[in-house]
Amino acid sequence: MAMTYLAKSPWILHYDASSCNGCDIEVLAALTPFYDLERFGIVNTGNPKHADVFLITGGINSQNVEIVRNLYEQIPEPKVVVAIGICATSGGVFRECYNVSGGIDTVIPVDVYVPGCAARPESIIDGVVTGLGILEKKKLAMNTAGNTPAKKVGDTV
Amino acid sequence: MNELLFLIGFPVIIAILMLFICKEKLRNIIVILSAIAIGVTSLWLLVTCFNKNTILYPFPFEPASNIMYIIELLLAVFILYLGIKYRKIITVALVLIQAGLLVFFETYLAHGMHPVNNLFVDQFSIIMALIIGIIGSLIVVYATGYMETYHTRHPEVKDRKNIFFFILFVFLSAMFGLVFSNNLLWVFFFWEITTICSFILIGYSQSPEATNNAFLALAMNLLGGVAFMIAIIYIGIIDPSGKLLELNTLIMSGQAIALVPAVLICFAGITKAALMPFSSWLVGAMVAPTPVSALLHSSTMVKAGVYIIVRFSPVLAGSLEGFLIALLGGCTFLLASSIAISQSNAKKVLAYSTIANLGLIVACAGIGTYKLMWAAILLIIFHSIAKSLLFLCVGTVENRIGSRDIDDMSGLIVRMPKIAVMMFIGIAGMFLAPFGMLITKWAAIEAFIVAPLGLLFVAILAFGGSITVFFWAKWMGKIISVPQVMERVEDTVKKEKWAVLYILAGLTVVVCLIFPLISSILIEPFVFNIYGQTAQLAQANVTIMAMMLFLLMIMPFSMLFYRKDQKFVGPYMSGMTTSPKMQFTGAMGTVRDTTMGNYYLKDYFGEEKLFMIGTALCLGIIIFAAILTAGVVL
Amino acid sequence: MISIINAVIYILLAPIVGGLVAGIDRKVTARMQGRVGPPILQPFYDVGKLFEKENVVVTISQNFWVISYLVFMAVSGALFFSGGDFLLVIFAFTLSHIFLVLGAYASNSPYSHVGAERELIQIIAYEPMIILTAVGMYLVTKSFNISDIVASGIPIIEFLPGVFIGYLMVLTLKLRKSPFDLSTSHHAHQEIVKGVTTDFSGPNLAKIEIAHWYEYVVILGVVWLFFGFNPVIAVAAIIITYFLEILIDNTFARAKWQFTLKSAWLIAGTLGLVNLATLYYLRGGVWL
Repeated sequence: MAMTYLAKSPWILHYDASSCNGCDIEVLAALTPFYDLERFGIVNTGNPKHADVFLITGGINSQNVEIVRNLYEQIPEPKVVVAIGICATSGGVFRECYNVSGGIDTVIPVDVYVPGCAARPESIIDGVVTGLGILEKKKLAMNTAGNTPAKKVGDTV
Repeated sequence: MNELLFLIGFPVIIAILMLFICKEKLRNIIVILSAIAIGVTSLWLLVTCFNKNTILYPFPFEPASNIMYIIELLLAVFILYLGIKYRKIITVALVLIQAGLLVFFETYLAHGMHPVNNLFVDQFSIIMALIIGIIGSLIVVYATGYMETYHTRHPEVKDRKNIFFFILFVFLSAMFGLVFSNNLLWVFFFWEITTICSFILIGYSQSPEATNNAFLALAMNLLGGVAFMIAIIYIGIIDPSGKLLELNTLIMSGQAIALVPAVLICFAGITKAALMPFSSWLVGAMVAPTPVSALLHSSTMVKAGVYIIVRFSPVLAGSLEGFLIALLGGCTFLLASSIAISQSNAKKVLAYSTIANLGLIVACAGIGTYKLMWAAILLIIFHSIAKSLLFLCVGTVENRIGSRDIDDMSGLIVRMPKIAVMMFIGIAGMFLAPFGMLITKWAAIEAFIVAPLGLLFVAILAFGGSITVFFWAKWMGKIISVPQVMERVEDTVKKEKWAVLYILAGLTVVVCLIFPLISSILIEPFVFNIYGQTAQLAQANVTIMAMMLFLLMIMPFSMLFYRKDQKFVGPYMSGMTTSPKMQFTGAMGTVRDTTMGNYYLKDYFGEEKLFMIGTALCLGIIIFAAILTAGVVL
Repeated sequence: MISIINAVIYILLAPIVGGLVAGIDRKVTARMQGRVGPPILQPFYDVGKLFEKENVVVTISQNFWVISYLVFMAVSGALFFSGGDFLLVIFAFTLSHIFLVLGAYASNSPYSHVGAERELIQIIAYEPMIILTAVGMYLVTKSFNISDIVASGIPIIEFLPGVFIGYLMVLTLKLRKSPFDLSTSHHAHQEIVKGVTTDFSGPNLAKIEIAHWYEYVVILGVVWLFFGFNPVIAVAAIIITYFLEILIDNTFARAKWQFTLKSAWLIAGTLGLVNLATLYYLRGGVWL
């Protein structure tokens, strides 16, 4: 069966990796009754172990590099990372700063980039929906990976 | 009768032997052999007598009584000497009063007395004998291993192991004598012996704290002894022939005659069972070495107190005095359980839990319907097994990790896995369905609701029972939470201790499974003989409980399914990475430890506040009962 | 009389009914908040998704605790619906809750630890009241067995109004609705993340959710017992009660544990005991 439940019930973990809070406010706005993300089954859990989608904002500074990595590792497979805002994509206006890593993908693999400063709720929702598609693909890959023989050295992905 | 005499006499011989043996190995072998002998004889008694009802033995009154009289006087002198030496005025006063009453009785009243049936055995005695013979012997075997380590850990305590084991065996003998004596004078004699044994054993380490606590225990138990003596004198006055001195005759003579001595003897039982307001001696007695706490202060000596109250239960049933005694027990149950929430010292938690459960047994006995007597006896059985198991586990843990504080027991499942599992079983045995204690509390609720004014006790059980859930569950949680990488320290525990612990843990489970059998063979006939009807658990419920127990046994095997490719991730700490020791980097880059303590709710369940409430309440109840009793006399 | 068929039906159907109840709960809550809300089948999608996730644990015993929780929850509920002894059902439920608490302790995280302590406080808060409910039903119908209580046809609510209000408090605690959602809920995550369920993920979390569904069916079934003399009224009562719970959930802020414990015991002691004492006295139970 090609359908998974992941797309019907994506739980998000929202983390501010030294963002100015602009994108965070837009994320929270998306959760309010006006946009009402819960009607898609989206729940904002505060707990990586319960999450499927990692919504990150901000450019990551030296203090939260380890934290972002830790949170990412604690999310069980399958997971997607949605980087929201231009700071999360590439560091934004803070790219040259001494303490900013310059985007989420310098620390953890990112699946969806949602540019904007601040990213609009509609773009965020669009990004999350794209992420859901990727999530489904990952799950199916996980299912079939369980059935295929182990990879040998020298295999390409 | 031979089994009775063997059980009473044999431990005395071994005791005297213990005084003279100084070699460790020889002592241990003799202890183990004697324990096996005592245990086997108790079982033999069960096998030969279980299907007979009360058997009375006309053991000659003299010269045994004369010997007892002399011993009692000598002991009184001994206590007098110690009381003066340590300047304990209350003890001196009490022992003088008690000795005075005894002399008065023996001189003026005892002449015309010729009680005939001085020994007896019935199903309840068999149950008590099994508890003393099996659990008691197991604890004595445990003590051999424990005391060696104890003296290594406490080099400041003088090694008086020969006296220690002497007293332990004398105590076992006295307990057997207590449950087999039909003559109240003899019950009193053995009662006093247990008091002295407790006194010497609590003060074993001879530290100032131990000495003070020993005298506290002695004083409170002597107070009970004085009441006991007054009861005997009362009986002597109203029936100079001595027929009423026989326990079975007294109980069967009905409430009109027996109520006053019953109340007085129940008062003695209350002091011995450390119900409020006399609970402080039991809590203080926890300074003694753990085998003492397990043997005397949870499974056997304090059970003598409730034993005598349960015996008199038919006399108390339906009377206001009986209700007051039951109320005392109920208040003790509620308050002692509450205090246990705020304690972090494991032995104190066990002590308060013991006091609480003894209170519950007395509450059942005081109301005294046939269902409640059934429940009370079952409570005695289950509590003895589970509590002694817990005390012994705590003792073993203390010897290994050097602390008896529950907060230090975190990760015990890794450090001492087998002990932790057995502790788990012991704790589960105290409050979880389908184990015995909970089943009996359930039976007690269903029994109280049909008893006069029983709603009050149902409420006490409802609140008190849920309180016990809290402190047991958080202890269980502490054992299984592993805060850091820990090493196993279990393997140095001695063989004797392992054997005893395994047997007790096994007993906890087995007795739960076979309790319907125990009920139908021993308890129900006993209750039937007294009340003409008996209680039992409905067959359907028994089946359900057996199923639950079975499920509980096989559930742990589910862990085998998860062994392969299980992914592990650290606990969630807001994203902070932690070392294996759960340390994390805090503000300013400093490394901080994670510590997690249990809730103790001291503002609500603090010891001092609740203790004062308990003392005031229960003292009031006792005074009220005393006035009532005095009113009956006059 | 124990009915095995009822037990089997319960074990098979209760997750479906419980899940629907949870789904309706979320929908009604959303509507109260002026939102559209998730579809009613959403809880099933949630559980389905959770089973598709990887199972990560802190310690392997967590798997055991969770499956014990689920199994014993189902067993307790099956006991209830097969007509067994009400008190035994209550104690069996306590046993299963202890498994969840132990599972939270085993993971040794601060949030789980606090959640576990609070869960224990919640348990001791509602347990006296629910025992008094069982005792109250005994006083009215002279039996502790659920089958007898259902078959008696007595309008229990007329005799136990105080106990019923006290039971509403138990319901609020067990359904984890504000103001008593201390130990694990969606709302408390600023404070203790997910409390008891913090360190469970994927299939374990799914099993815990299913266990909650089993419980919902039973505790609503107890509401039925009060009104069981007339099935139509009983169903209406369940609907109204549940709606009331959702309303309370959305209007009250979370309470501290001190308030929870004190108020639960106070209500049990006053409403519950006074009701029972009155009944006891009127039924001549003073000196039997």
